[in-house]
Amino acid sequence: MRLIAAAAIAAIVITGAAEAKTWRIRPGADAEQRLQTALIEARPGDTVQLGRGRIELTGGLSLDVDRVTIRGDGAERSILSFNGQRRGAEGLLITSDNVLLRDFAVENARGDAIKARDCNGITIRGVRVEWTRGPNAENGAYGLYPVNCDNVLIERSIARGASDAGIYVGQSRNIIVRENLAEFNVAGIEIENSFNADVFENVATHNTGGILVFDLPGLPQQGGHDIRVFNNRIVDNNTPNFAPAGNIVAGVPTGTGVLIMANSNVHVFENEIADNGTVNVLISAYRESFQDAHYNPLARDIVIRDNAFGNTGYAPAGDLAALSQLGVPMPDVLWDGATVYSQGGTPRTGLVRMVVNDNRSTRTGVGSFLSLGMAVAGSPLTEAQPDPTPPPLVAIAEPERVRIRD
Amino acid sequence: MRGLVLAALVLAALGITSATAQVAPGVNTAAIAAERPPELLSAYHFFRDAGARTPNERVTPYDLNTPLYSDGALKFRYVYVPPGTQAQYRDEGVFEFPVGTVLIKTFAFAADMRQPTENVRFLETRLLIRRAEGWVAYPYVWNEAQTEARLSPIGANIPVNFTNEQGQAIALDWAVPNRNQCKGCHDLAGNLTPIGPSARNLNRTFDYPFPNIPDNQIDFWAAYGLMDGGAGGDAPTVPNAFDPASGSLELRARAYLDVNCAHCHNPQGPAHTSGLDLRWSQHEPIAWGVGKRPVAAGRGSAGFEFAIDPGHPERSILLYRMRSTDPGVMMPETGRQLVDNRGTALIEEWIAHMDAEGRVSE
Repeated sequence: MRLIAAAAIAAIVITGAAEAKTWRIRPGADAEQRLQTALIEARPGDTVQLGRGRIELTGGLSLDVDRVTIRGDGAERSILSFNGQRRGAEGLLITSDNVLLRDFAVENARGDAIKARDCNGITIRGVRVEWTRGPNAENGAYGLYPVNCDNVLIERSIARGASDAGIYVGQSRNIIVRENLAEFNVAGIEIENSFNADVFENVATHNTGGILVFDLPGLPQQGGHDIRVFNNRIVDNNTPNFAPAGNIVAGVPTGTGVLIMANSNVHVFENEIADNGTVNVLISAYRESFQDAHYNPLARDIVIRDNAFGNTGYAPAGDLAALSQLGVPMPDVLWDGATVYSQGGTPRTGLVRMVVNDNRSTRTGVGSFLSLGMAVAGSPLTEAQPDPTPPPLVAIAEPERVRIRD
Repeated sequence: MRGLVLAALVLAALGITSATAQVAPGVNTAAIAAERPPELLSAYHFFRDAGARTPNERVTPYDLNTPLYSDGALKFRYVYVPPGTQAQYRDEGVFEFPVGTVLIKTFAFAADMRQPTENVRFLETRLLIRRAEGWVAYPYVWNEAQTEARLSPIGANIPVNFTNEQGQAIALDWAVPNRNQCKGCHDLAGNLTPIGPSARNLNRTFDYPFPNIPDNQIDFWAAYGLMDGGAGGDAPTVPNAFDPASGSLELRARAYLDVNCAHCHNPQGPAHTSGLDLRWSQHEPIAWGVGKRPVAAGRGSAGFEFAIDPGHPERSILLYRMRSTDPGVMMPETGRQLVDNRGTALIEEWIAHMDAEGRVSE
């Protein structure tokens, strides 16, 4: 009886496998049309296999079929090239569930490189997205860009040259970003308006800012929380900011390791954070005015512990340069000190807890801390009342490990 | 020409055919219901002629108060509702159409757009078919000879040359959308959905050529049984964006944005993550972009701080992106390659006249 059941299960599995189809797309004449046709006509379970070489695209590609794999022969071998792109706001757009992208590259998209919108289950593995001319304000905004997705896994991928963020996860839930390389972007990795993210074992280098955790007002999902950033190498992020003005990352000071803006329950621990010319870790409220009645602009329940800090503060940029010229030495961890904010003219306060503990520094032995003492979010730096006293130690529960649901 | 077509249509809609006229077969409901769509548009019998100029019985033309800009293309719209069924009128949103309904839209250019009824070349005819499980979209691409239109689910590029209304020679590659690109606009909470046929956009006159026929489209649809309920006099309406007599500057600008942008920029549309809501029913200026900072605009921001900076069209991101033809910057993202000069002029005037709260007093 049990044997029969096993045989039945095997039959189902085999039938399922037999139905799945592999669409092989070799570079060459009509490759763009063959590829987009495969992406439209694929059935759930199918694989679209990209051959070796470059496929030249003139328009954006899109996939709207669940459970499809797009895979190439390697991030240096199978290349979707958008050098001649004339249409489409991104290179590749995914709008279906449980899609796997692996082992190919997207180069020089006119807008975003790979965008995944409204997906439940998106895995990006071993993919390279790059603007090959290096940092340039004319490059597309985002490299790997899941937005409003659940169960996001980005691993062993490379993002280079984005004029906003190389790896950007926005308004999403349940996120793992691990073992990636983000370099020569404005923001290396950015988690924005998202819930439950683990960001670990990544290398963020040669960006303007290494790893950013942001929360912005006025969006369908805000109130970002429960983010862990750990075991990353966040070093030498000193590429001059090349973001188009007006974008929020255009305000990131060149030479920032980690930047936490607003959000609650963000834990940054056991990272190597070094050689970031302005500051290794910057914690700030959202500093602009806003009208969103549900938005809290304060960074709160923030833990910075057990990190290994290297050199920093040797080339402070932006507003912080002025501060430095006033004789305020740049610490490893700089907090604006905001605990009060204004909502439509009404002052509001929130419980702001901050733990900065057990950090090491090659400069000073113990990692240094400075609050600018600007209690009201968005205060001008002229109102800074610098205070190096670390905040009192309190227990802030660490978010649980993120598990991706299938 | 148009009058003749309309005469035939109205007779057809009324079920009147002259005894001497050749009786064409009715619309092919089997083709509409088929799981695999026919390869040729003619298989549906929506039209009496191979060139799809003369609609068949129950195939009713309509126009919209303010249409979507598509590089200035002419659009010929028809609705087919199966016999014995009716659309349900509703004040807000697209009418509830019965299974078997087909919305038919042909895109075309006249050789010289200053004479829009002469030398009209059809490019594609798009069908939106209401199935039991939802709407499906099928684009049919016309041949050079204009004798047949063939199904092209993966889209197509058609080189087009024409003289525009200003007398300039225009050459473009007309992009027939593929199935995913159709959904790029016709998407509401993940489901394919029509955009145009709402009460407020249909509430206008149509040039039906007989005196005893209601000339308001909603009245016509109700009178001839295409729709249950609805009266033009009671229904909401939007102005014609380019006719100052039809509404205030603010209302005309918002009518334009509703039709051209709100299919994505609404809380359930593809651009919901931007937080921008350009629906006619949205009354908060911040949601239109007034004083709203960009989120993921990238170089689309052009270095400006706000989507709409009241009084300052020259530094408003929304207008900047409407004026761009760079695929990484332009809005809408698809459906145009040219700039809608009339649309940008309207939005420029609107923003220029805004007070700090985003309102225009008249």
